[in-house]
Amino acid sequence: MSLTSPGDIVKGALSLLRGMGVTLGAFFRPAVTCQYPREVIQITPRFRGHTKLLGDNEDPNKTRCTACGVCVKECPSNAIRGVEGMKKEGEKRKTATGYILDFSLCSQCGICVEVCPFDALAFSADYNPVGVTRAECIYDLVKEYEKRKDVR
Amino acid sequence: MNELIQLIGRETVRIILGLMGVIALVVINTMMLTWAERKVSGRMQVRIGPKEVGPFGLLQAVADTFKLMGKEILTPASVEKPLYFLAPILIFVPVLVSFIVIPFDSSLQVRDMNVGIMVILAFSSLSVLSILLAGWGSNNKYSLIGAVRSVAQNIAYEIPLLLSLLAIVFMANSLSLRDIVEAQKSIWNVVWQPFAFLIFFIASVAETNRTPFDLPEAESELVGGFHTEYSGMMFAFFFIAEYTNIFIVSAIATTFFLGGYGGPVLPGIVWFFVKTYFLVFVILWFRWTFPRVRFDQLLNFSWKLLIPVSFLNLLFTGGLLKI
Repeated sequence: MSLTSPGDIVKGALSLLRGMGVTLGAFFRPAVTCQYPREVIQITPRFRGHTKLLGDNEDPNKTRCTACGVCVKECPSNAIRGVEGMKKEGEKRKTATGYILDFSLCSQCGICVEVCPFDALAFSADYNPVGVTRAECIYDLVKEYEKRKDVR
Repeated sequence: MNELIQLIGRETVRIILGLMGVIALVVINTMMLTWAERKVSGRMQVRIGPKEVGPFGLLQAVADTFKLMGKEILTPASVEKPLYFLAPILIFVPVLVSFIVIPFDSSLQVRDMNVGIMVILAFSSLSVLSILLAGWGSNNKYSLIGAVRSVAQNIAYEIPLLLSLLAIVFMANSLSLRDIVEAQKSIWNVVWQPFAFLIFFIASVAETNRTPFDLPEAESELVGGFHTEYSGMMFAFFFIAEYTNIFIVSAIATTFFLGGYGGPVLPGIVWFFVKTYFLVFVILWFRWTFPRVRFDQLLNFSWKLLIPVSFLNLLFTGGLLKI
């Protein structure tokens, strides 16, 4: 590129014009940003939020969790505790009555989801949990399920 | 009321009213341009830009003004106090004076001088002095480097700027801005003088220290360049001067090359502002398209290309007019 050759100058000027064309194209393109508090993007199905309990296929009023405690033993961060269950009249398995997840310890590794023999655990799409104390990071997943009540 | 006007004289009233109008225009223009700059940058990066304060974020500049007014004016211990405080005030004067001769409409002009363009050019070259004062007075290496760059750049680009305007002055046979506008009633000067227009526009982008020639500020290398040490409203003064200079060079380009206030149907003032703000938009567009040039490239471009071409253009124009 030399300033004394007219060919180079014309070529350079044309490349500048092409650059301006690119930015003008961007100027008229609709914005790709999401105005977060006003609108929320679709959370992808593989998003790893905190774990959640899934509902039983036959009886959506209870979870699939039988309080077997495999997840408690496998959790590398000791984030799961207080898994308790109760056997109701005429049922083969126990039903969980308490499942405490300490989300401040959880690293979303997913081992509990993998080992669960009843496929009772899954990742939620809850992307913005917030709290100012450690106590607010402790979730009771059974209570959380009762508020939610869906099969999948 | 009439007696009062008689007492202080028509001219004084005219000057005071003109000055008030000019200051109002300067402030509103700066506010609109800071908003426009963010909006244009946002759009060109496929974002939205400011939108929370007021409709379409239009009141963002008002919020910024209050923020800047609330800030402490810090004075670093080692600054050269008189120069340091003089610079932001001094940068404001040439900006105000330049507005006096700009014809916004066929009858809307503070004063039509027969040396109109000389006034603008003489005063606008003063603004580089206040940049030098700011850089020197700050007693800071970044400020000084920025100021020295600004001086070298302004000297280099003032020459093609003047030469390209001189070609138009030849054609209109007058230095008065209104005569120049009247001379292009039938056809705009940009048709006869495309090279002069191009050279003027490039040189004026460099004169106003805008990207791709923003070496005096050069955020990524010099912190803030000559205004590194300024805060609060003192910084705001530099900002107002910069944005007003953008408006002024666009207004001069409109007056000299795009037929000024002339245009069909709509009133002249509308045409003037439409043309001027279109050029302002192009300058903003440059900023979000081109990267900053290196300093040797900057000077080579002016001395080796723009100045010879503008000389040739001037010779050619003079020769043709003589025939």
